[in-house]
Amino acid sequence: MDVFKADVAIVGAGGAGLRAAIAVAEADPSLTVALISKVYPMRSHTVAAEGGSAGVVQANDSLQHHFDDTVTGGDWLCEQDTVDYFVAHCAEEMVQLEHWGCPWSRKDDGHVDIRAFGGMKIERTWFAADKTGFHMLHTLFQTSIKYPSIKRFDEHFCCDLIVDDGRCHGVLAIEIGTGEFRLIQAKAVIIATGGAGRVFRQNTNGGIVTGDGMALAYRYGVPLRDMEFIQYHPTCLPGSGLLITEACRGEGGIMVNKDGHRYLQDYGLGPADPWPRKKAMELGPRDRLCQAFWHEEQNGRTIATAQGQAVHLDLRHLGKEKLHQRLPQICEMAEAFLGVDPVYAPIPVRPAVHYTMGGILVDTKTASPLPGLYAAGECSSIGIHGANRLGSNSLAELCVFGKVAGSEAARFARSIAAANSTTIERQADAARQRAMNVVSRSKGSERISVLRNEMALSMERGCGIYRTGRDMQDTCDKIDELKLRYRDVEVGDKSSVWNTEWLLAIELGYLLDVAQAIVYSALNRKESRGAHQRLDGFDQRDDANYLKHSLAHYVDAGPPRIDYGPVAITRSQPGTRAYGAAGEQAERDRKRAGAAHE
Amino acid sequence: MNETHKVIAIEVLRYRPELDEKPFFQTYQVPFTEEMSVLQGLLYIKDELDGTLSFRWSCRMAICGSCGAMIDGVPMLGCHTFLRDYYPNKVRVEPLAHFPIERDLVVGADDFIGKLERIKPYIVPKEPRTLAEGEYLQTPAQLERILQFSSCINCMLCYAACPQYGLDPAFIGPGVLALLHRYNADSRDAARADRMQLVNAEEGVWSCTAVGYCSEVCPKGVDPANAVNQNKTASAADYFLHWLPKGSGK
Repeated sequence: MDVFKADVAIVGAGGAGLRAAIAVAEADPSLTVALISKVYPMRSHTVAAEGGSAGVVQANDSLQHHFDDTVTGGDWLCEQDTVDYFVAHCAEEMVQLEHWGCPWSRKDDGHVDIRAFGGMKIERTWFAADKTGFHMLHTLFQTSIKYPSIKRFDEHFCCDLIVDDGRCHGVLAIEIGTGEFRLIQAKAVIIATGGAGRVFRQNTNGGIVTGDGMALAYRYGVPLRDMEFIQYHPTCLPGSGLLITEACRGEGGIMVNKDGHRYLQDYGLGPADPWPRKKAMELGPRDRLCQAFWHEEQNGRTIATAQGQAVHLDLRHLGKEKLHQRLPQICEMAEAFLGVDPVYAPIPVRPAVHYTMGGILVDTKTASPLPGLYAAGECSSIGIHGANRLGSNSLAELCVFGKVAGSEAARFARSIAAANSTTIERQADAARQRAMNVVSRSKGSERISVLRNEMALSMERGCGIYRTGRDMQDTCDKIDELKLRYRDVEVGDKSSVWNTEWLLAIELGYLLDVAQAIVYSALNRKESRGAHQRLDGFDQRDDANYLKHSLAHYVDAGPPRIDYGPVAITRSQPGTRAYGAAGEQAERDRKRAGAAHE
Repeated sequence: MNETHKVIAIEVLRYRPELDEKPFFQTYQVPFTEEMSVLQGLLYIKDELDGTLSFRWSCRMAICGSCGAMIDGVPMLGCHTFLRDYYPNKVRVEPLAHFPIERDLVVGADDFIGKLERIKPYIVPKEPRTLAEGEYLQTPAQLERILQFSSCINCMLCYAACPQYGLDPAFIGPGVLALLHRYNADSRDAARADRMQLVNAEEGVWSCTAVGYCSEVCPKGVDPANAVNQNKTASAADYFLHWLPKGSGK
């Protein structure tokens, strides 16, 4: 087997992986970085992020405001010390991207422009029109080219971790173009493989977002934390689930039901006017907006489209010039996929799965409990999103914690000697055999697409915007069943070159493990918090019993074991998440109380 | 699928180097709805009819640049091209022209990536600046000069459209020249002189025969032909400046 020896191996070359690679290269150019990605880096799903990335810059904004929006938005399930670190480093990372050439949108005076996003008290979203993720990703990829110590393994599919003697020593990858295995030995490994939105049917994610890194770490005993918290994005295209950015509402877009009524005012987010205004109505948090849609649909006030029920996102009042300048991609997408020109007609939208708040358990420095293994970005749970992520925090997270992961992995790699190669190679051979077995053991009785579709439908039913114990139990049973049937999955393609059917089968294995962690974590959380909302008698937040992180532990040939870990609460005690007029009143009360103290 | 669905014939170029002596066409009957893209048609084939068909794809929204193919002979993104526009005729899907076929619709992208890496596609700062000093100022007008050329998604459709690249693979080609121009035109950058050496070389802008098909097929409204032409002017200026005595013309 071909062996490559690196100091740091990074799996995934989206925003977090690239930022980590650059951080290693800048920390110590003598360290060799292996950057492994199943696609060319600029295809990574960071590319599809539209609206923007958070970073406090305005004089009337503060780190405290960003902290509060994040922790409140997360329904107090955030690691507050980590949130403090995060908000303090966002703007610096955005400036760093600017120095690297990111074409941020500008104000007339040449400074970077910012826009408002949902759940945000003051504008702090940096943006590059409505292609922010695209520009960040290409900037990072192109910048990474200037560092000779970064050795890329493009179109290499990571099929296993190499773990021995309680430490991670590298990864096993399949070169997709040849089907050859390559052992990438490393003193430290960073997982940066993104989320797992493809376990659901209607989602905003690309086909590659299959939870690979989450499943791999999980199988080696690293817990997946807070997996029940799945973010639905309120404005997606019916059917395909393609994303219509929150920036549409940040720019002043409104949402109406079939009667032309701005229904969000009926769900504690009003009053409707004056508009636009922060943290109210269409600029409420994502979980609340999705829940309101669900009720509207239940009450027959949504609009029937060929692709299912929808509401209208109306941008017409913004005018052609502003739409084309600030939301060009949205105009293009609406035209191409719906035949709708947003200048003249509203866009039908509905919620779809967008983001996995939970992920690989890591500490504030991105280290997982498995020595030598780090994680950053959507695949990780560093604790800044809690039960519901604040819009525009995820792009910032890629940079802030991608950099931390790179520096920490570099430090760790310098501190230890390489492991015994013979043992590592023996491990790699065993891993190779397991990957080959996916093809050779095949009894040919189960189709990949059938299992995948049954999983996605069942997850949507059991882990939707609102959940009940019965539905979640049904989904648990279904996923258990699918895992058994997966053993007989058919891979008809026996060739080596670009055997994507084989890779789909391995990905399906990842998806099923992650799906199982999600639904069992959900079933066990007997309260409602953030994106996890129950209708079966657990419809309130229960801080006494559930102000804690859930941890899903992998169990071989059985459902996961779920237990809980503490939440770091430093200075924001759980309170009411109030938006709209109620939120403004709560803010005034807080200020009055604060003034009384002084 | 219910019976109201129409059925379209998708004719796909197949080539599996381990099995097939040469490429051949295989036709699949695919039920489709109004909103289905060619990519969705291919995914239907992969899931329901033939798991051995290989192609690249991911985002489904014309931004990741993975799913370029020749669709009825024209370089297009599969996710951004719709079956309804071909029905009731069949639609033919082939790998991007001018690239080696690795398998089925997958072409080798090494040449393109290698070229992209060669042009220093990153800022070499004019004036170094610390993070504490904040961002470089850039007016909306200065941004406008680079924005279009920074919108390239590296989908390589323009290479499949470029007759010159088809004849001479040494030609840097439209997409990468557009990216080169994006950095040269950036108010923060100082590496123009280095990059102009590539522009002026045999395989640089002078290989372009100004057909302009590259700009026509670009799914993101980038105008590589314009970038190439601006660099022809710049390259010619460099050439004449070269003959001036040292120190003049600065």
